[in-house]
Amino acid sequence: MDKLLVWYGELTTNRRLLKRGLMFLSPGMLWLLIFLVLPGLMLIAASFAGRGAYGELEWHFTFENYKRLAGFGIFGWTADYLMIVWRSVWVAFITTIVSVVLSYPLCFFIAGRSERTRYLWLTLVIIPFWTNMVIRAYAWFLILAPELPVAKLAAFLGIVPPGSALYPSVFAVYLGMVSMFLPFVTLPLYSSVERIDWALVEAAQDLYASKVRVFMQAILPQTLPGLSVGVILTFVPAMGMFVVPDLLGGAKYMLVGNLIQQQFGSSRDWAFGAAISIGLMILTMFSLYLYRRKSKGVNLV
Amino acid sequence: MNRSHPLITALAMCTMGFLYLPLLAVAVFSVNATKYGLVWRGFTLNWYVKLFSNELILNAAWNTLVLAVISTIIATILGTILAIGMDRFPWSGGTNTTLDLILHLPVVIPDIILAASLVIAFGLLRLVFSIFEPGLINMIIGHITFQVAFVALVVRSRLVSLGSDVEEAARDLFASTPYLLWRVTLPLLLPGIVAGGMLAFTLSLDDFVISFFTAGPDSVTLPLYIFAAVRRGVTPQIHALSTLVLLITIVMVVGTERLTRRSAKK
Repeated sequence: MDKLLVWYGELTTNRRLLKRGLMFLSPGMLWLLIFLVLPGLMLIAASFAGRGAYGELEWHFTFENYKRLAGFGIFGWTADYLMIVWRSVWVAFITTIVSVVLSYPLCFFIAGRSERTRYLWLTLVIIPFWTNMVIRAYAWFLILAPELPVAKLAAFLGIVPPGSALYPSVFAVYLGMVSMFLPFVTLPLYSSVERIDWALVEAAQDLYASKVRVFMQAILPQTLPGLSVGVILTFVPAMGMFVVPDLLGGAKYMLVGNLIQQQFGSSRDWAFGAAISIGLMILTMFSLYLYRRKSKGVNLV
Repeated sequence: MNRSHPLITALAMCTMGFLYLPLLAVAVFSVNATKYGLVWRGFTLNWYVKLFSNELILNAAWNTLVLAVISTIIATILGTILAIGMDRFPWSGGTNTTLDLILHLPVVIPDIILAASLVIAFGLLRLVFSIFEPGLINMIIGHITFQVAFVALVVRSRLVSLGSDVEEAARDLFASTPYLLWRVTLPLLLPGIVAGGMLAFTLSLDDFVISFFTAGPDSVTLPLYIFAAVRRGVTPQIHALSTLVLLITIVMVVGTERLTRRSAKK
């Protein structure tokens, strides 16, 4: 059955159209199949492979890598790897929360400017968004250096011994993570804040709603589309982040990203690295799924 | 709400300070005369001058540029054709969903997973083809892979907003398929293609993770060079280099803003 149809003003048949469509699709799709989908499948296969003498893949089927990730090592069970995974989820969670809390006042502030200065402020948020993350991470070295006021203040308060830097530390990792991902929340959130219908907010205030209630029921629902994009843009990459913990956390605060990098770098255990990557992938998919279910529920309220 | 509460203004200022203070510190110490430590010893542009006689840095800058230009050109072409292929043909719902899923993969998965899968894929391909040694070619392939998705998404949204009117009119006036593409669709798409290309270019310049996993000894880029250098210890020269990169970023962001705002006004 090949029916005639009119498509974008052209009289043609379905089969001819699809044949031409395939010509357009094939270069890009072939590329993505060869260099995205196929490597993804290889990653899954490699996570079930063994480790050769030089860290190369040895193709025999085994669950060894996943067992190791779950903590079953040569010397019995340890929670080391699971701790790292849990810590990554926790860091990503805190980073997202802090970024959201800081983004709301910033967005309200920018939305309250006149039209001309508004673009200036927005550009000021976009610049860090596009600045290389290695530079933005190591820039904290300077702020946290022992010679500068922040570390001196901490030493004065007795938090660190005098003359020592505030990095590598857990604190430095959080500082770096929040500064890294803050624009990822602010920019999408702003696109929603800009469109808030303030009449609704005034109406809530006229009806003597408390400040918390005004925010929860008049402002938050209106900013939900931008907020949800910002949360996903922050939470997912934050879980796999490895530059910030590597530079600012050192060996003290390892995250999943560092663990993966280690397997492909100094440890040379590709099969184990593949298994951790798959673990991170499952975690990503799971949080996206949870998030979609949850945000659906919020939309109904 | 034209005036914000003083508390909101104060919080917003603190947040901006939080974003910019570290970057400002890098810029300040890039013109500091002392080589060691973070004590102010007077103004100098010496570190900037020395950058231009450092073979390693010049080489890294060249690699970064070659990588970004080549990958952007290929990704923009592939992504544009892909976007037209996805939007302008009557694909069934199932096919559409699958294509959409594949296209969104590089956008949603953490880049370290893409990097890990590329390491393994290149490792296996290397057994058959010798060009897959770690180096510039692998990096270009890696960059194109995530750029194609972004370009295709940007161009496709432009295609959707164009609608079908103009193309239908062209067909009514007996435009052939190549003529329609070349003289009608592509010129109308140009702002979308330029926007997608610039996004791809910036993504490539900005990328660290994919490059870090796929680079070889001769294909160090600026982000890789800075990363390796700061792990050995920060120097004023690195601050100078980072400040230059920051300035280039600012110029590109402001330029892109101007361009998109002008085309939005039209």
